[in-house]
Amino acid sequence: MAELEVDVVAADGKIWSGHARQVSAPAADGEIGILAGHTPVLSVLRRGEVRVARAGGEVLRWTVGGGFLSVDSDLVTVVVDSVEDATGTQVAH
Amino acid sequence: MAGTQRVYKQRIKSTQALKKMFRAQELIAASRIGRARGRVAQATPYSRAITRAVSALATHSSTSHPLLTDRTDTNRVAVLLIASDRGMAGAYSASVIRETERLVERLQASGKEVALYVSGRRAVSYYTFRRRELAAQWQGGSDAPQVDVADDIADTLLRAFDAPAEAGGVGELHVVYTQFVNMVTQRPRVIRMLPLEVVEGVAPAGEGDALPLYDFEPSPEAVLDALLPRYVRSRIYSCMLQAAASELAARQRAMHTATENAEDLVRMYTRLANQARQAEITQEISEIVSGADALAS
Repeated sequence: MAELEVDVVAADGKIWSGHARQVSAPAADGEIGILAGHTPVLSVLRRGEVRVARAGGEVLRWTVGGGFLSVDSDLVTVVVDSVEDATGTQVAH
Repeated sequence: MAGTQRVYKQRIKSTQALKKMFRAQELIAASRIGRARGRVAQATPYSRAITRAVSALATHSSTSHPLLTDRTDTNRVAVLLIASDRGMAGAYSASVIRETERLVERLQASGKEVALYVSGRRAVSYYTFRRRELAAQWQGGSDAPQVDVADDIADTLLRAFDAPAEAGGVGELHVVYTQFVNMVTQRPRVIRMLPLEVVEGVAPAGEGDALPLYDFEPSPEAVLDALLPRYVRSRIYSCMLQAAASELAARQRAMHTATENAEDLVRMYTRLANQARQAEITQEISEIVSGADALAS
C-alpha cells in the first residue's frame, strides 16, 4: 500500500517529517482523515489534535492552535501556527 | 618631554582596550550569524508551504479578497522599516534608513501620505530625534527576531490595511529591509507587500509540475481568508530574519575593520612614543654634555 509523505511545519521550523499511513486533522467543519490516494485538498485547521499514524502502528500526536493542511499526490503538508504537546505545554511556537 | 611620552602611552592603552572590545563584538557577531542563517533555513519549509498553497488558490479560484485588491478610498500608505537595535554594524542602519527616506520622498512626490512603522532602536531614535511621527514602533531582539514579534508587526499592519480611511487605514504597504546575499554583500531592498500581487506568488510554485486541482475546505473564500494573513506574516518574519542575518554580517565586518584600525593606531602610537623617548634621551644627553662643558671651561 502506498504511503503518505508527511511534513509538519511551524513558522520557525520543521516539526516532523516522514512517512505515514494515515493523517487526521481538525478541519474547519469536522475531522478530516487522509489516506494514500486522497484527492488534492486545501483545508483550514481549527484548534485541535493532529494525529499521524505510522505504518508500524505508532501514532504521533500534536495539539495545534490552528493552521492549514494541503494534500497533493500523497504529499501532506500540515502548516501549524503553534504546537502544544500532549500535556498541553507549549514546546514550540 | 616626559609629558608627550606619557600621553602616547595612555593612548596606546585606551586603543588596546577598545581593540579588545571590537574583537569581542566581532567574535560574538560571528558566532551568532551561523544561528541566524540557520533560522532563515528553518523558516523556509513553512514559507514554501504557504507560498505553494497561495499559488494553488490563485490559479484555481477567481475569488477576490481585500488583501488582493487596490484601495482607492485612501492615499495613506504604510512603510515598514526594519533596522537594528544596536550600532557597531557599520553603515547597516544608515543605508536602510537612507533607502526608506528615498522611498518616502518618492511616495510623497506622487501625492501619498506616508505612515511609518519602524522596528529597531537605531531607526526609532533617528526618527524621534528628528521629531518625525511614527505610526508604531518595535524595539529589541533585532538580531534574533521572534515569531510572536513578527506576528505582532504583521497584525498591526494588517489591521491598518483593513481599517476604514477615516480611522487611518492605509492603501499600500511597503517594506524596507536588508537582504542577506552572502557574508560580504547585504543589500537594502524595498518590496511592496500589500496589496498582494498574486502573479508573484504563482511563479515559484513548483518543480515544473502543474498544480493539481484542489478541493477547498470549507470554501475557497474561507481558505483564502485564513491563508493570506499567514502569508503576510510569514513574509514579514522572513524579512526580519534576513535583516537579522544581514545585521550580524555587517557587524562582524565592521568590527573586523575596527580591530584592524585599532591595531594600526597602536602601531603608530608606539612609533611616536619611541620617537618621543629617543628625543628625550638625546635631549638629556646634550644637557649633561653641555653642563659638563660649561663646568670644564
